[in-house]
Amino acid sequence: MSIFNFLKQRKDTTADIAKKRLQIIVSHQRGGDEEQKDFIPKLQQELINVISKYVKVDQDQVKVELERTGDCSILELNITLPDTLA
Amino acid sequence: MSKKKQTCEVIVVTSGKGGVGKTTSSAAISTGLAERGYRTAVIDFDVGLRNLDLVMGCERRVVYDFVNVIQGEATLNQAMIKDKRFDNLFILPASQTRDKDALDKDSVGRVINELKESFDYIICDSPAGIEAGAVMAMYFADQAIIVTNPEVSSVRDSDRILGILASRSHRAEEGKERIKEHLLITRFSPERAAKGDMLSVQDVQEILSVPLLGVIPESKSVLRASNEGIPVINDKDSDAGQAYSDAIKRFLGEETPMRFIEKAGIFQRLFGASTE
Ligand SMILES: Nc1ncnc2c1ncn2[C@@H]1O[C@H](COP(=O)(O)OP(=O)(O)OP(=O)(O)O)[C@@H](O)[C@H]1O
Ligand SMILES: [Mg+2]
Repeated sequence: MSIFNFLKQRKDTTADIAKKRLQIIVSHQRGGDEEQKDFIPKLQQELINVISKYVKVDQDQVKVELERTGDCSILELNITLPDTLA
Repeated sequence: MSKKKQTCEVIVVTSGKGGVGKTTSSAAISTGLAERGYRTAVIDFDVGLRNLDLVMGCERRVVYDFVNVIQGEATLNQAMIKDKRFDNLFILPASQTRDKDALDKDSVGRVINELKESFDYIICDSPAGIEAGAVMAMYFADQAIIVTNPEVSSVRDSDRILGILASRSHRAEEGKERIKEHLLITRFSPERAAKGDMLSVQDVQEILSVPLLGVIPESKSVLRASNEGIPVINDKDSDAGQAYSDAIKRFLGEETPMRFIEKAGIFQRLFGASTE
């Protein structure tokens, strides 16, 4: 079960898919703001530490991604909790 | 005819990806500026694959080319071809026989400086790619028009080119004010975007976050214009020609609404510009 799954899945058009893919590519290509991306691994580790206090999660069940479009950034958190919790 | 502006501006038309409409746009934009009374020179930087002469309809008058001028085998006056319609518009064709290494920064800079004395605008039609030829075309630019098709690889390549403009141009190297960027979306199909089969104008603009200069619809008039060797902006009845005229207005600081970005209603289909 995935809580934190705030974004309801809606049917994406192919143009929507293209846009999402491009936003990720562009945010990587514009990697100029290194200090901005540098904190991601650390944030991920700290999140895992905090969550681990309450439930058992694996390293790869916590995903953190930073997407940049123009002058706004979106931090995407995806934490998958084990089914036993449900 | 004398110059209209005090300082000349160099504008590169670039894209990264090939075949997106750089040459079509260079021909239209240079013609549009000349039509507005600016003394305009358009240079084909696609050495080895010249095409601008064909789109401008002056291929039979090419005697000397850009490389001849660079190598001192001809003067600028000998190599520049006067446009058929506008006597303030001149074309400097690329060489068909040499390769892109025939251009070096010092010589290109010398030619551009010479042109700056008698022209208001110098339009540089860039070759595709991100290598030496494309860098040479953008190196001396004051402004850049990024030609992008609403399609994933073209948008990604445009973003690459934006990075190169910001780091490898003369302005970047000298630490001067950055090149002014404009986004020109070409080959746009409102019907397909409305269906969700094509990136919308807003999508592309959001991803690249460069101010939008114009949207040129996919149009049969473009091929027809290049068949005839008449830049499409001269076809005042066509949607693409009108869209390029609008882009020129915006370039010159006039405000005008974006047209041809929404699916044509019945009224537009009956009375609007021809997409044929
Ligand atoms: N708005 C449009 N509608 C329909 N066809 C178009 C449009 N714009 C360009 N084309 C067509 O796309 C093709 C490529 O255009 P063009 O030569 O201008 O691209 P380019 O970017 O200069 O290519 P290259 O990278 O090879 O120099 C041509 O056949 C042209 O007629
Ligand atoms: Mg071309």
